[in-house]
Amino acid sequence: MTADPLVQLIGISKTFAGAAAVHEVDISIEHGKTTVLIGPSGCGKSTLLRLIIGLLEPDSGEIRFDGAPLHTGEIDRIRHRIGYVIQEGGLFPHLTARRNVLLMARHLGRAENETVSRLSELCALARFPENLLDRYPLELSGGQRQRVSLMRALMLSPELLLLDEPLGALDPLVRAALQKDLKEIFARLNQTALLITHDLAEAAYLGNKIILMNEGRIVQQGLLTELREKPASEFVTTFINAQRSLAVL
Amino acid sequence: MRIRKAGRQERAFRFLLFSCVPAFLIFLSGSLSAEPVVIGSKKFTESYVLGEIAKRTLNDANIPAEHRQGMGGTIILWQALQGGQIDAYPEYTGTIVQEILKSTDAMAGAVIAEALGKRGIGMTKPLGFNNTYALVMLRRRADPLGIRTISDLRKHPDLKFGLTHEFLDRQDGWSPLVVAYGLSSPNVAGIDHALGYDALRTGQIDVKDAYSTDAKIAQYDLVVLADDQKFFPRYDAVFLYRLSMNEKAIAALRGLEGKISEGTMTRLNAEAERTKDYSQAASLFFDSSPGPDGNSTRLTSRVSRSRGGENLGHKLVRWTTRHLELAGFSLLLSILAGVPLGIWASRGGGIGHLILGFAGVVQTIPSLALLALLVPLPFFGISVRTAIVALFLYGLLPIVRNTATGLQDIPRGLRESAIALGLNPAARLWQIYLPIASRSILAGIKTSAVINIGTATLAALIGAGGLGEPILSGLNLNDHATILQGAIPAAILALLVQWFFDLLDRVLIPKGLRL
Repeated sequence: MTADPLVQLIGISKTFAGAAAVHEVDISIEHGKTTVLIGPSGCGKSTLLRLIIGLLEPDSGEIRFDGAPLHTGEIDRIRHRIGYVIQEGGLFPHLTARRNVLLMARHLGRAENETVSRLSELCALARFPENLLDRYPLELSGGQRQRVSLMRALMLSPELLLLDEPLGALDPLVRAALQKDLKEIFARLNQTALLITHDLAEAAYLGNKIILMNEGRIVQQGLLTELREKPASEFVTTFINAQRSLAVL
Repeated sequence: MRIRKAGRQERAFRFLLFSCVPAFLIFLSGSLSAEPVVIGSKKFTESYVLGEIAKRTLNDANIPAEHRQGMGGTIILWQALQGGQIDAYPEYTGTIVQEILKSTDAMAGAVIAEALGKRGIGMTKPLGFNNTYALVMLRRRADPLGIRTISDLRKHPDLKFGLTHEFLDRQDGWSPLVVAYGLSSPNVAGIDHALGYDALRTGQIDVKDAYSTDAKIAQYDLVVLADDQKFFPRYDAVFLYRLSMNEKAIAALRGLEGKISEGTMTRLNAEAERTKDYSQAASLFFDSSPGPDGNSTRLTSRVSRSRGGENLGHKLVRWTTRHLELAGFSLLLSILAGVPLGIWASRGGGIGHLILGFAGVVQTIPSLALLALLVPLPFFGISVRTAIVALFLYGLLPIVRNTATGLQDIPRGLRESAIALGLNPAARLWQIYLPIASRSILAGIKTSAVINIGTATLAALIGAGGLGEPILSGLNLNDHATILQGAIPAAILALLVQWFFDLLDRVLIPKGLRL
């Protein structure tokens, strides 16, 4: 890897009432890779994501995006270069699937014919039937909603894709199908992505690099095999054992 | 194209908000145009009739005049007179001394006139009748017992008294009267004024309190017991007027001095209550006062109930139009102020609490009190403006609160998605937050609208008209038919408004939220 990482978190700390704090976190998100943040609830992984997209500001430390420090003043322009998918999809209920996906392109005044062809591209990519585009979120299934949410996040061809437990609320079959599609999409687009999950199998399947967090600190990062074979602490082993797959039983 | 649809909703919102502003300004400027002499009256029959008499007298002297009926109580009229919203109104000397000059002692007419003169107000000499408290009995009950005066009651301690609560409570009412006349352990019950007459007629009570020119005196053939100890203060009817009013108008009003006797006034009151038509009753005064014709011929000719030219349909249209103006403009103001305040309040913090707190406090002020508080302020006075502002303040809370709650209830995930997408704050508000909160906001507006239709009936108290007009005169005359002329249209209006907003929901609430 010669190129600088797309995103760098350097000594990031954030403490506040009512949400998980993070302490002195350093993370690099490499171009074209899928980085997975994993850890128990309240370990601070969502906080990190929300710091990167500017929903929160760090108490100390620096976040660099594409080599430049993140400034509140131009945060909206950075946001246009980042796609963001949350667990419930975050689709606006008063807009159809189509308008949800096209919202930002229209807001930025992108050319109509460009956005229309981009939309059909995305439908194909995310395996979302075009004839459902005029449905409202409430008229779609959970899996369909997440596909639309993904299309919305990818609409502006973002350099970075942030996914906060995107598959957390789905049933196992739909979830498996979407995992497979996500992996394909990331590969096809050579997409830089940061994904949060608490499912180790999902992390291993989708991630090039796994970052395990606990109580606001990074415990260990690397491949699943590294975590399993050379655990940095007792916690790593405990966490991995807690997620035994059926095969182990 | 489908995609354009939400844009249309947004435009509809904006249109609704902005299109009515110029209309409102036009409306305000219209109400500021040149004025004739304005006569006010309090909200009871005699005052209405005297107001009509004054108007007709001025008109006969070629002075343009209008009469704002039933504007409320003494304080409101007095302030309106001082503030110049009205030029004259009928008042009683006893009331002037006690309520306006705040004196506990009786004052001679010249002394009263001098005290008023210092405040820029003139007073005519008494119009000729004294409308004070009185005790009354059925003639057929009093005569056999030989009761003519209040002192005579001492000889009949077994008589049953049915007195209004007001009379029982007044400082110058029942208690001092008992002392002054040395009445012994009388049998007393509190009873509503109107019901008291029925009780009197059916013999459940023998004596009741009344006003000495009460229309019922003639109707039920009652005797007014003479106040032989001169216990009751004098309530000589006079006109109060602004000294700055033009001299011809003052002269015309003074022409009424000493012209209206107790008997005449009682008859005019009875006529007003019977026909429900004050101008008709007032015209009886002109017909019966010295003129070429005797009064009896005119008395029979007006029995045909042609209501002074304006039929019920026209009146209903006039009342309803005014009512809608009052409720509509005030609602518009409530929306224009309430939605932004609600947006502000939704951000929480000290200011948010302050806004919600203020709107809540306004709501707890009784509507009558709010009107009374607004009337003395320079810009307001007795006017449509005051009514609209009061209604506006009442309509604020539901809109502010629903807007704030609707916005606060937007799930965090949606709120953060809008931010994370990189929409600027204005776009987030107009395209995301307000449409998602639209159901709650519209529910608030609907509540305000329906409340406004109801509360707008109170506008009649300060002469602002509307469907409250017939309700007030009906209450005043104890006439259910007249009350219903206002109450039924008001209820129908409330239903229509409800229905209209249900329809509006379908246009303004995005389809995706109605699934």
